[in-house]
Amino acid sequence: MRPVIQVVEVRKTYGATVAVDEVSFEVKDGEIFGLIGPNGAGKTTTMECIEGLRKPDRGKISVLGLDPFRDVYKLQDRIGVQLQQAQLQKRIKVWEAVDLWASLYQKKAIDAERLLEQLGLTEKRDAWFMNLSGGQKQRLFIALALINDPEVVFLDELTTGLDPQSRRAIWELVRGIRERGKTVFLTTHLMEEAERLCDRVAIIEHGRIIDIDRPENLVKRHCPERTVILATDDPAAEERFRAIARVEAVARSDSQFTIRGRGDDLVTEVIHCLSENRIRVTDFRTILPNLEDVFLKLTGHSIRD
Amino acid sequence: MMLRGLWKLTWIELKIFLREPLGAVGTIVIPVLVFLVVGRLFGRGLAPGALAANTFIGVGLPVLASVLIAISSVLSLVTIISIYREGGILKRLRATPLRPQTILSAHVIVKLLLTAATLALMLLAGKRYYPVGVHAPLFGFAIALLISTWSILSIGFLIASIVPTARFAQPIGAFIMYPMIAFSGLFVPVELLPPAMRAVARVVPLTYAVSLLEGIWKGDAWSSHVGDVAALVVAFVICTALSAKVFRWE
Repeated sequence: MRPVIQVVEVRKTYGATVAVDEVSFEVKDGEIFGLIGPNGAGKTTTMECIEGLRKPDRGKISVLGLDPFRDVYKLQDRIGVQLQQAQLQKRIKVWEAVDLWASLYQKKAIDAERLLEQLGLTEKRDAWFMNLSGGQKQRLFIALALINDPEVVFLDELTTGLDPQSRRAIWELVRGIRERGKTVFLTTHLMEEAERLCDRVAIIEHGRIIDIDRPENLVKRHCPERTVILATDDPAAEERFRAIARVEAVARSDSQFTIRGRGDDLVTEVIHCLSENRIRVTDFRTILPNLEDVFLKLTGHSIRD
Repeated sequence: MMLRGLWKLTWIELKIFLREPLGAVGTIVIPVLVFLVVGRLFGRGLAPGALAANTFIGVGLPVLASVLIAISSVLSLVTIISIYREGGILKRLRATPLRPQTILSAHVIVKLLLTAATLALMLLAGKRYYPVGVHAPLFGFAIALLISTWSILSIGFLIASIVPTARFAQPIGAFIMYPMIAFSGLFVPVELLPPAMRAVARVVPLTYAVSLLEGIWKGDAWSSHVGDVAALVVAFVICTALSAKVFRWE
């Protein structure tokens, strides 16, 4: 099946600064695809080239079979867009914005009142944009991105600046979009967000894509380390742990042990060792690496630096 | 369709404008009041018949008032567009099938409607309290003013398309617009200006607007002002084409 978005060797510079450098990737129909990286990595520029808002210096982009820059109005009709740091007219009412947006597209818009209800904005339908909270504004922008029942939805840093509760609520909404068969392309610098939402992610830094895969595959490939933390009073335990083939290090402080090793089987082998030797434990935890660790490994620094 | 969303956007922009703290008062009420006060001040003691057709109070003031309304709507347009650009509102509107010309058209229609409303109120109030203008062809004058405003607004487009920030929009707009009044023949007839200034006057669209407005107010036939209307249309076409080329969304 033809990918919904196809980006081939795209490059975009602003003066001497290379914002996006030879970026290539594909987004498949019905998936949530995330472009992740620190601020200034080129996420927004890449996304705006795909939306047709910017013209790349080089390279080819195709979205739903259209050239985003040349066919920008045709494309806008079929996609939904939420921009980073966008604003609306200060004194436009919520329902007016939704009503205006609904009138802009060729296709018949979806039921605006139901959409507002799903996004928890029914009570705010008569409120001015300037009087909405950050989360409400963001939900309104999601409503505007969905009003034309788009085939692809673009979400740029959509939970930035929101409290954890609103963030979780918005994640639920995005999963709902996928369930309706839409393709979602999002950018984020929050690794947790990428891990929870995305089917596949591309890690971008300094305008270049470092790796693309499912989050769990990225973790498996780049961070095979596993850690088990357990507590036991058994005096023979330390020696037994060291005897496990996959274990690379055992650290002890009082009755607490930190066992490090490689591969998915490490945890099973530790459990096996515990039961075989009838070691009584009072605590047992595993620490698995996540995308944050992958990012650190690939770039040599944390995404927040 | 190219103008999809135009009427809805126009209607919403009009409502938004009237929700501004000084929206309706600043654009409609104040000009009408100033017009009346000045008219009473200068017109007091004069019997309606005593006003010659060529005095400032008889022709100049109504035309000046009209031109000032047109210019203030241009400045307001420039400010709004630059605020929209700075706040990312234009960018958000761009990421839809809306065309830039639709957005600008909506704002122009709003300004024309407000100009028409102000003018109508002035004339109504003028009929009651103002010693002149009773015999002026009001309908024709209104049409002339709308054509003039429309053309002058296109200069506003051009300024709005390129001014960097909202803070500069108003002063830059004022700096360009107000000096035009000096060349427009409103205070000193164009024929009496020094040659250099006369040359400037010929390329300033406001000159043609003033000539048209004065002429129609005095009761000239439209046929004697075809040149003025043509010049205003040309100015509109040039400014619109230029601003479409240089328009910046962000």
